[in-house]
Amino acid sequence: MLSGFLGKKIGMTQIYTDDGCLLPITLIQAGPCSVMQIKTVENDGYSSIKLGFDDKKKKNATKQEIGSAAKVSQEPKRFVREVKPDAGADIKLGQSITVDIFTDVKQVDVVGMTKGKGFAGVMKRWNFKGGAQTHGSTRHRPPGSIGSNTDPGRVIRGKKMAGRLGVERVTIKNIDVVKIDKDRNLLFVRGAIPGHKGSYLILNKSRVKRIGK
Amino acid sequence: MNIIDTIEKEQMKKTTPQFSIGDQVDVSVKIVEGDKERIQVFSGVVIARNGGGFKETFTVRRIVQGEGVERVFPIHSPKIADIKVLKSGKVRRAKLYYMRGRTGKGTRLQEKFEKENPKATSEPVTAKKKSEKEKT
Repeated sequence: MLSGFLGKKIGMTQIYTDDGCLLPITLIQAGPCSVMQIKTVENDGYSSIKLGFDDKKKKNATKQEIGSAAKVSQEPKRFVREVKPDAGADIKLGQSITVDIFTDVKQVDVVGMTKGKGFAGVMKRWNFKGGAQTHGSTRHRPPGSIGSNTDPGRVIRGKKMAGRLGVERVTIKNIDVVKIDKDRNLLFVRGAIPGHKGSYLILNKSRVKRIGK
Repeated sequence: MNIIDTIEKEQMKKTTPQFSIGDQVDVSVKIVEGDKERIQVFSGVVIARNGGGFKETFTVRRIVQGEGVERVFPIHSPKIADIKVLKSGKVRRAKLYYMRGRTGKGTRLQEKFEKENPKATSEPVTAKKKSEKEKT
């Protein structure tokens, strides 16, 4: 009914499959999300569903947030994003959508913000090799030459250098959904996903099929 | 209690066998071949226990045809049907990694007897003989 959904990373643990294999999994608090607004082609030029996830205290919300939430008799939300509805989906304003929409979904694309690493050098940020650690070398981690001499007389734009690393929007595609816990609104996905614990995520049903597996 | 702890607790076995470092154990592992399920026994000495709670594992070492073989088992794995303690070894370390450098007679551990269990103390000779047979 929806191609996307909102969630929150809880953390990682392990889980045994039915055949006794131990899988690394990330727990995602997926929903329940409220439908805050329905955008239509007639009204807005395109169709989408505005979902809200995780209640926010009214004292921390702006008047605009309180007002638009009150329109659909909801609390203001911390995380609000638009997602595409499937064709012919029956979605009402103020409706609460749960993790049930992932019931038959095998893989999801997870969108999140990566952890901030601060000001990082080129070895960490761009996987430069650096210099030798021993054999009399004192050139351990610097980037080396960043260009030529008089010609061109400048550093080429986009040169990989040290700088801020992380806090970047990243999509990890085709993550296996291992299990769904409908009572607690939990999504168990295989492996790691971007972001720190408690960071918000957009969960899209995978469109591209993985080749091979 | 947070959700991760709850999920881990749900998967934990209610009772796990009591065993400690230096114990000679028989670990029964379920193996699926086609549609059939059978049990294979891996016997050896417990040389380490790692982690805690749901993620706890233990390492069993044995010598197979003169070659040391170690297997790491998660304690709460559903594939582990049973862990049977055959005898306890007297050890002063939590990790018996020094066993890796030993061969032949050096791999034996002095047996530890429970004071409360007079049955075990009554027949130490036979137990020792049996263990030597297994190792060679």
